[in-house]
Amino acid sequence: MATRGFTGRRTPDDHAARTPPGQALTTDFPVLSAGPTPKIALADWSFTLKVGPRPVARWSWEEFSALPRTSYVRDIHCVTTWSKLDTAWEGVLVDDVLAAAGLAPPTGFTLAHGFDDYTTNVPTADLVGGKAMIATAYDGAPLEPDHGGPARLLVPHLYFWKSAKWLSGLQFTERDEAGFWELRGYHMYGDPWREQRYDDDA
Amino acid sequence: MSLPDAAKVSGWRSAAIVEAAPLTPRVKRIVLGLDPPLRFRAGQHVDLRLTAPDGYQARRSYSIASAPETPDRLELAIEKLEDGEVSPFFHEVAEVGDAIDLRGPIGGHFVWSVEDGGPLLLIGAGSGVAPLMSMVRHRAARRDRTPTALLLGARTAADAPYREELLALAAADASLGIIFLLSRQTPQGPFDRAGRVDAQSVRAATEGWPGPARHVFVCGSNPFVNAAAEAALAGGAASASIRTERYGG
Ligand SMILES: Cc1cc2nc3c(=O)[nH]c(=O)nc-3n(C[C@H](O)[C@H](O)[C@H](O)COP(=O)(O)OP(=O)(O)OC[C@H]3O[C@@H](n4cnc5c(N)ncnc54)[C@H](O)[C@@H]3O)c2cc1C
Repeated sequence: MATRGFTGRRTPDDHAARTPPGQALTTDFPVLSAGPTPKIALADWSFTLKVGPRPVARWSWEEFSALPRTSYVRDIHCVTTWSKLDTAWEGVLVDDVLAAAGLAPPTGFTLAHGFDDYTTNVPTADLVGGKAMIATAYDGAPLEPDHGGPARLLVPHLYFWKSAKWLSGLQFTERDEAGFWELRGYHMYGDPWREQRYDDDA
Repeated sequence: MSLPDAAKVSGWRSAAIVEAAPLTPRVKRIVLGLDPPLRFRAGQHVDLRLTAPDGYQARRSYSIASAPETPDRLELAIEKLEDGEVSPFFHEVAEVGDAIDLRGPIGGHFVWSVEDGGPLLLIGAGSGVAPLMSMVRHRAARRDRTPTALLLGARTAADAPYREELLALAAADASLGIIFLLSRQTPQGPFDRAGRVDAQSVRAATEGWPGPARHVFVCGSNPFVNAAAEAALAGGAASASIRTERYGG
């Protein structure tokens, strides 16, 4: 039923097809995180791949910076209802990280880990095939701490909480294990086009 | 797998506005009547959804400011963003009797119950006071005496939501400390200080505690939350004890 007196502000037609249901476009870059912003010195930074509990590869910042780099322009969608079109990122594809480690995708599920102990789960199929990267630059500049720098996961086709900030590693898991927000009522998959915001959304 | 207290989010339901009145020039109190009541924990939020005649919908999150002990009257504190889509509707159009779609409760991180203990440090500004208010009201409803300090930033005393209610609560409860930090007005009373949330005001608020805060909750706009979380760290709080809720850019 209509809300009395509400007309709403529409997304311009030329952008409507790119804006998922329930989202509004923003030109700012809002910030969402569960705690204070960690400051991670590049000398202390490292990135680890694990299969289950077992570390299988690890890169220092210098080593990671030598991996092949990819640029992306993508639309991003935050569960708090903002979407931002044409955001420009640069980083290393998850495919290239796996290749550098000499690995094929080891299991069907992945848990991303942050230096702030944040975790979030993503099916491995959503990370490979060019679908996701570990981003270290945004809009032509090193990624700022507020937005997850030195490096964050970028899975643009899922709600943005899946794009873990301050990424410290990826862990391949046998089962789909819930991460931080997924344990707190948010959806296990998080497809913005199907409005999978909360755990009982279809 | 789920946390013991993981929130079960309800489907969309309709609720009538039973009260609408300004809290400050920029923040409006909206009370929704709920039958059946909505069980929630202090700090959680709800999503509200507005629908235009052609079916177009907009939804936004709002923290619950009332205590879990009054689950049939959900109080929200909505700040007006001039160029906003939803918040101006609540300031200019919404009236008592209007039906609003709501879903919740949402959020299992920014929550506190008396069982979680303290000391408890709450830092907020603007409508970011809302979830902290729910915690303070919850604590009062349970006659709990967890050592609690509230640090609230505002331009002037008149811009601080819930000022009178908070002053009355603090007057009746020695374990509740309140400091209003006024950035554009000289102190108006013994609970006011000039300036902004910084390490010094965090130390002043937590003076006399046996140790650092066990739980710190910081809520408001993103720049405020960044500054206040830094202040809490500089004032002695441990990083892992700090939880933040950010309302926007
Ligand atoms: C968990 C949570 C709890 C909240 N609780 C409250 C509350 O208790 N009281 C309250 O007044 N507000 C609260 N908010 C903010 C609220 O949800 C709306 O974002 C706010 O009312 C603005 O909506 P609007 O439609 O008026 O403005 P919009 O039309 O959405 O936009 C106004 C401006 O803000 C920017 N913006 C929009 N949404 C966001 C966002 N999520 N993050 C950053 N920038 C954004 C836009 O780019 C635009 O410039 C909360 C937000 C969250 C995420």
